[in-house]
Amino acid sequence: MRILLFLLQKEFKQIFRNRVILGMILVLPIIQLLVLPQAANYEVRNIALSIVDNDRTEASRRLVQKITASGYFKLDGYEDSYEHAQARIETDEVDIVLEIPQGFDRNLVRTNTATLLLAVNAINGTKAGLGTSYLSSIILEYNSGIRAQWATPPKFSDVAVVDIQTSNWFNPNMKYDMFMVPGILALLVTMVVTYLTALNIVKEKEVGTIEQINVTPIKKYQFILGKLIPFWILGLVVLTIGLLVSRLVYGIVPVGNIALIYLFVGVYLLCVLGLGLLISTFADTQQQAMFVAFFFMMIFIMLGGLFTSIDGMPDWAETVTRANPVRYFIDVMRMIVIKGSGFSDIRNHLLIVGGIAVVLNTWAIVNYRKTT
Amino acid sequence: MKQLLVFVRKEFLHVLRDKRTLLILFGMPIMQILIFGFALTNEVKNAQVLIVDQAHDEDSRRIIEEIDASSYFDVSVVSVSTKDIAKAFQSNNARIALVFPVGFGEKLQHTRNAQLQIVADASDPNTATTLRFYLTTILADYQQQMSKGATPPMQISTSVRMLYNPQLRGAPNFVPGVIALVLMLVCVMMTSIAIVREKELGTMEILLVSPFKPLLVLLAKVIPYLILSLANVASILLLSTFVLDVPVQGSVLLLFAASAGFIVTCLSLGILISTVTDTQQAAMLVSMMGLLLPTILFSGFMFPIENMPLPLQLISNAVPAKWYYLIVKDIMIKGLGIEAIAKELAILTGMTLVLILVSLKKFKVRLT
Repeated sequence: MRILLFLLQKEFKQIFRNRVILGMILVLPIIQLLVLPQAANYEVRNIALSIVDNDRTEASRRLVQKITASGYFKLDGYEDSYEHAQARIETDEVDIVLEIPQGFDRNLVRTNTATLLLAVNAINGTKAGLGTSYLSSIILEYNSGIRAQWATPPKFSDVAVVDIQTSNWFNPNMKYDMFMVPGILALLVTMVVTYLTALNIVKEKEVGTIEQINVTPIKKYQFILGKLIPFWILGLVVLTIGLLVSRLVYGIVPVGNIALIYLFVGVYLLCVLGLGLLISTFADTQQQAMFVAFFFMMIFIMLGGLFTSIDGMPDWAETVTRANPVRYFIDVMRMIVIKGSGFSDIRNHLLIVGGIAVVLNTWAIVNYRKTT
Repeated sequence: MKQLLVFVRKEFLHVLRDKRTLLILFGMPIMQILIFGFALTNEVKNAQVLIVDQAHDEDSRRIIEEIDASSYFDVSVVSVSTKDIAKAFQSNNARIALVFPVGFGEKLQHTRNAQLQIVADASDPNTATTLRFYLTTILADYQQQMSKGATPPMQISTSVRMLYNPQLRGAPNFVPGVIALVLMLVCVMMTSIAIVREKELGTMEILLVSPFKPLLVLLAKVIPYLILSLANVASILLLSTFVLDVPVQGSVLLLFAASAGFIVTCLSLGILISTVTDTQQAAMLVSMMGLLLPTILFSGFMFPIENMPLPLQLISNAVPAKWYYLIVKDIMIKGLGIEAIAKELAILTGMTLVLILVSLKKFKVRLT
């Protein structure tokens, strides 16, 4: 026990002495939490729309007005032919072209039907999909508007009407910050702790000081605990800073129980520490450790459901994400912070992450040798 | 010339000796391409729907069947109480809920007008919007069926044409981004670290006092990385063509020429970083924080630039990867020719010239 305390003292001294590490712990998360949610804004607004109006009637003008008034679209301008509009798509200045055919108004009155043409720049799938949804909804609304105004309904009609009311729970203003900030915070805690743990131990290897520790009577578990406990505490510090920043800057107050967040992160950090430890047992130089950590982080983040939803993944990929601790952390953060989920909702997450932690740490300890 | 070849060979040996790093350099783009291409999609499928059916009649049953049959939705639970909605959302067991009020079918059959309620879990705003749209579309279809062929008056239909990427796959957007990211990683990070390592270990001094010209030392350092990067680009393009089915629509030659140009930009950046840093850790931190992160953030392949606040949009113009990303997208996905990328090429060339000039100025033949 006394030996462990001395080791802890040494580690903390080394951490507080190193300005780069202190900066990484304190300043980097704040800057990233300030910049990333601004940049990672997938809220689809300002979709550039170009209009080819071959009809030029009151009806077509009103349609355009309704679309631009919705706030989702930014009118790039009117083009006189579809070819010109498509050229705007090619140069990326326009996302969607709406072509109103000649005789749109007349056909609507005479034959009761008219067709609008939408051409969408679909390279960015999210934007194309959402943009088309928005535009189609507006056209539907416009359609029922003119129907109510012009078509006189027969006394008894076969046409059935279902009124749909919708409500959005937990995030009624559909703010994207609310969704991204807890996820990004989860990412930050993971990245900082993995890098610090992996680099710290490899540095002792590279510099050669690990040999000195190896020849002392310090036991393997004491050395490892001495390395892990400081970073476990630092991880909780980063989490606290992150929660404060999201409260002060974004006004996000966790709906659920904060103690529950800390309980989960306490277990989760064991998992991340195990990963860092494992990387350090495989790498010989800091450069290698850095690249390996970067590689795994990249995969964990991409398969963590931060940017694209896990529901949409093919089955095999969904199965892979079940072994990804970052996925559970992001999930739990969003559940507790946005929706106020309770212990019974996250119990499975907690158990799985605990299991992964046991596997990673056991593997790392088995792999760690006092002799080289 | 022979001297240079000998030096290039030495550098190659250095690079090839570190198997782990090499494995990651080639393994990372392959993993990324596979994950981006197959795992990450924007499509919605099998989203869990909670149905609160207080009506229990023919119509509600048929609508539930329609929803379950669609590939977008999976009916997870049918319940009778609206209290279950919050519980299902909190435990992530449902993304959206549909409430049939008491007497739904009766009203629909007799008054031809009935109400329904959709409740969406809006903690993920984009998914909520998309799911709501699909659910509304299914309900609208059902209305059509109910109307027994009677078309409503003044029906406006839309025909949608998705250009370039009809299935809304993620790959066409990501492949050019992955190329830009990998080139940045190999050329800037590896180059700067390799040069600084010689400084740190002291071997740079030996090279500088040799009869070999200092500029050629640098040249010999960057040539292996140039070749490595081109090999990386080729492997990514092959994967993307044969595995992802995203072939190069335009000229492959033009793409390689443009890539070579961008690689030179990156290499000069790497040299610049190596001249201003003294330790590997510092070089790593500068390339990681100063370049890799901005590349991921501001090149436009992960995060939409037009949504960012103006200051960030302005910063994005200074990131070389952004311009390269536009070039690759134009050639590879849209199949455009050189005239479409002239502006981007000119900007990249300008950046490269400035970088080379600055790093030449900073490059010291003496160590102290």
